[in-house]
Amino acid sequence: MNRTRAANVFFWGSIGLCYLLQLMPLPHALLAFKPFWLALVLLYWALESPDRVGLGLAFALGLFGDALAGGLLGEHALRLCVFCFIVLRFRSRLRFFPMWQQALAVFALLLNDRILLLMIRASAGEPLPPLEFWWAPIAGMVAWPWVFLLLDDLRSRLRAHES
Amino acid sequence: MTIARNDKAVLFAADAANALRLIGYLALAIILMVIDHRGGYLSRLRWGLSTVIEPMYRIAAMPSQLARDARMSLADRSRLTEENAQLRRDLLLAQARLDRVNLLRNQNRHLKQLLDAQRSLGLGVQLARIIDVNPDPFRQRVTVDAGSNQNVHVGQAVLDAQGVMGQVVDTLPNTSTVMLITDAAHAIPVVVDRTGMRAIAHGSGQIDTLKLPNVPISADIKVGDKLMTSGLGGHFPAGFPVGIVGSIQTAADGMFVVATATPSAALDRSVEVLILHELPDPVGPPAPAIPLGPPGNAPEPAIAVQGAGERQ
Repeated sequence: MNRTRAANVFFWGSIGLCYLLQLMPLPHALLAFKPFWLALVLLYWALESPDRVGLGLAFALGLFGDALAGGLLGEHALRLCVFCFIVLRFRSRLRFFPMWQQALAVFALLLNDRILLLMIRASAGEPLPPLEFWWAPIAGMVAWPWVFLLLDDLRSRLRAHES
Repeated sequence: MTIARNDKAVLFAADAANALRLIGYLALAIILMVIDHRGGYLSRLRWGLSTVIEPMYRIAAMPSQLARDARMSLADRSRLTEENAQLRRDLLLAQARLDRVNLLRNQNRHLKQLLDAQRSLGLGVQLARIIDVNPDPFRQRVTVDAGSNQNVHVGQAVLDAQGVMGQVVDTLPNTSTVMLITDAAHAIPVVVDRTGMRAIAHGSGQIDTLKLPNVPISADIKVGDKLMTSGLGGHFPAGFPVGIVGSIQTAADGMFVVATATPSAALDRSVEVLILHELPDPVGPPAPAIPLGPPGNAPEPAIAVQGAGERQ
């Protein structure tokens, strides 16, 4: 009982932290490099405990992300749903990739996400974004190993502490 | 073998179910987006969730706030003295300018009274602080700590000490979102201070650049020209600095000149902003008078009354 509660707190805490990181200001030069934290952490949980992560959760988290960002309602929800679907579909393969291949897969996933975002924005009638728009997937690829190692380490510590 | 086949069948069934669910969610998301694009329901949802959203903004802004406070408290004495002296000089200058403006205002009021025009020149402003959060790097928007509880409404102009920053596009109870003039979706009617030429300055999506895409090739515009708000369109009051022309190039099709300008307001450095209270009077033709009484007879009495007024 206690253990599941601790695991739940860790799960929701990591997601709450993602929202904060997403909102967090950065120096102007680094702004374009802000990774899609929510997607990275959702990817970790989809790989490690897929019973928690489903399309419904991705949709709900996305809607809340939209409420925070104040863009277009449903934009984050759609992006996260597609992201989550691909991850769950290829979960068994992604899980056993070595880290560098995982990072490349993350790059491809985030690039796909950016293309989706571009399509959404274009169909909403917004002008094309500048070149920096495409840097975020690279930042996500660089950030992924660290996100994975950090979360994995924290989770295993939590387990060791509980048992 | 049969087990393997069964496994596969189950796997495919699960895949198909998942794909169906994906399609369902995607359709839902697209429907939501279309409805929101037409009706703007997101702001209502944000309003409902504001008790959650506003604290999250404050928490997300906390590290940079702490960093700023730390920098302030560690700033050395000489720099503060220097800054103080600079501010004193600026204040003196501003005061002198203000005195002159006061004089002009009095003169203006007098002249307006002579003209019998009832138009106020007073500017009600409200001070607000920028909350340092940034939900989307590709939208030039900032969040300020005053919302509808502080009487902020959508459409109000936002200024800083140097010029126009943008306008309020969304309000929550205690925070509101300001679209900066450099947002790619923003355009502001301007007038070149030196020549009085009208133009429209579009945001470029870059925080230090405005674009004037359709300037006629024969127009008198030079690098260094000051752009002011023209007051046309009714969103921004006239006479506030917007930017300074930085470069002028001929457009690719050779029909127009494309000018870029740097915004006057310190868009990426301001901490305190002014939210303008009164919206300026709409400029344009007066609304058509509604004829009173039966259609056939109405104009005649009106003219008669006017004539009577002139005679008196």
